[in-house]
Amino acid sequence: MVNAIYAMKNYPIMMVNAFVSPLAFLIVLTLVSRGALFGVAVIGGLIMALTSSGLSLQGDLVHFKVDFKLQDMVVSSPTTAFIYLFGMAISELIYYLPGIAVLLAMAFINLKFGLFPTLQVTGAVILMFVLATALGFMLSTHISDIMESWAVTGVVSILLSTIPPVYYPITYIPLPYRYAAYLSPTTYAAQIAQQAMGYIHFPQVTIDIDWIVLIGVSVVLLLISAKKTRWREI
Amino acid sequence: MNGRLECNSIIKQYKDGRTALKSVTFDIKLSGIFALIGRNGAGKTTLVRILATELLPTSGMASLDGNDIIRDAKNVREIMAIVPQEARPIQWMTPRQTIISSLLWRGFGYGDSRKRADEVLDQFGLTGYKDKPNRFLSGGIKRKMLVATALASEARIIFLDEPTTGLDPISRKELWDVLNEQKKKRFIFLTTHYLEEAEALADSIGILENGELLAIGTMEELRSKVRYPYTVRVNGELDLSSTAGVVIRENGGYQQIMTSREEAYSISKRLIENGVTFSISPVSLNDIFFFFAKRRVDGEKE
Repeated sequence: MVNAIYAMKNYPIMMVNAFVSPLAFLIVLTLVSRGALFGVAVIGGLIMALTSSGLSLQGDLVHFKVDFKLQDMVVSSPTTAFIYLFGMAISELIYYLPGIAVLLAMAFINLKFGLFPTLQVTGAVILMFVLATALGFMLSTHISDIMESWAVTGVVSILLSTIPPVYYPITYIPLPYRYAAYLSPTTYAAQIAQQAMGYIHFPQVTIDIDWIVLIGVSVVLLLISAKKTRWREI
Repeated sequence: MNGRLECNSIIKQYKDGRTALKSVTFDIKLSGIFALIGRNGAGKTTLVRILATELLPTSGMASLDGNDIIRDAKNVREIMAIVPQEARPIQWMTPRQTIISSLLWRGFGYGDSRKRADEVLDQFGLTGYKDKPNRFLSGGIKRKMLVATALASEARIIFLDEPTTGLDPISRKELWDVLNEQKKKRFIFLTTHYLEEAEALADSIGILENGELLAIGTMEELRSKVRYPYTVRVNGELDLSSTAGVVIRENGGYQQIMTSREEAYSISKRLIENGVTFSISPVSLNDIFFFFAKRRVDGEKE
């Protein structure tokens, strides 16, 4: 956690970047839709902030491993892979906290929703964070070059954040192109959140399947991360 | 707890088929400084990474202070710390932040970490730099600070993989002073390809070449293993073919031979008569290293 605090203290621009990224799309989509998509975009911003936070982990871990040999030092210490992953994930989350705080404030002031929808949105957002973090950590242990890491981040970001309809309802995508969006787990999280907030109206079975897919992908990625991560050989 | 570092037939073969270590066996006391010398690619880093519980040996076993590096890896990690080869401090942190962060990773509390960081920075004479971002520090200060980071943990065993590579002579000497001071309190396992560094710092030395441990012991023990205790360096041409000894270097204009005391005396007489410039000295680690490296190459040729 102190890594992020020290980084933001020494390079305030890092905090500004994490702050404006989730808000940029929100502002553009709200303006373009003349305010109609404000609610969807606020929830989408939350999903994106947590997903991006998990994905950023991959780049930072490769940077620390390759450029500073930090991972070698931590691997040879009593720190376990889980503690390292958890610590770095929390550290990444800290960068995004100011942006998340603004989005939460906007949601509480402008959107009216009850306890159950709040729990559903929270669940979907947390699952996306876990999924992106597990994926980021696993990829980081296999990558040994920062240039490769940037390319991987680009591809994964497209899959997890560009293709899925996070800032607008999935119904805006005409069939059959809509099916392509279902390749990304973020789509399922967005669909759950949008249904909970009342922006889309799908049969309950569709949302149940969304939950199953989202939880399933998260569990599978966590298991693969635990098994296939090249943390240390011993 | 036996206060020893034991390596028994350690072999490491990488997936690409390359054999980095070929049955390395040794047993040393965990005190003072042990220097592992060898050329680039000799297998020094691989051995350090195995002992630091990062890499799994293909076969063989090793233990630190009675803890098997595989079975008791958790215990080993509790008592050791490492500064890897080419390690650099995170640019945007300060030395104080670097040490605090490292201690937090090792499980120390925040208050304790701050206290230890200030203590170790003071001990290393780095208090004046403690709040300067690492990116503004010189290479020597950065390296000193990384060593301080490892020592702040109070680990009893410290692995330093080529800690002085790339440092200027003054920075290197400063780091030597630090290590000489620290070796009184803990065991330092140092790898280097600077032979004068090993000679100046180490209580015992191992020579690793192409994955094989060619020799190990104190300087005196290594000297006793090379048969010839003196080295004669000749600046010019001289027929040494009839001399009992080992020509260890012949390089554009000078020759160097390891030989006995009597032969050294006889050569010096001939050299004085011929007016050739020369020097005689007891064999250095440099000579010993070249002797073993040459013997291995000659053995391979035979």
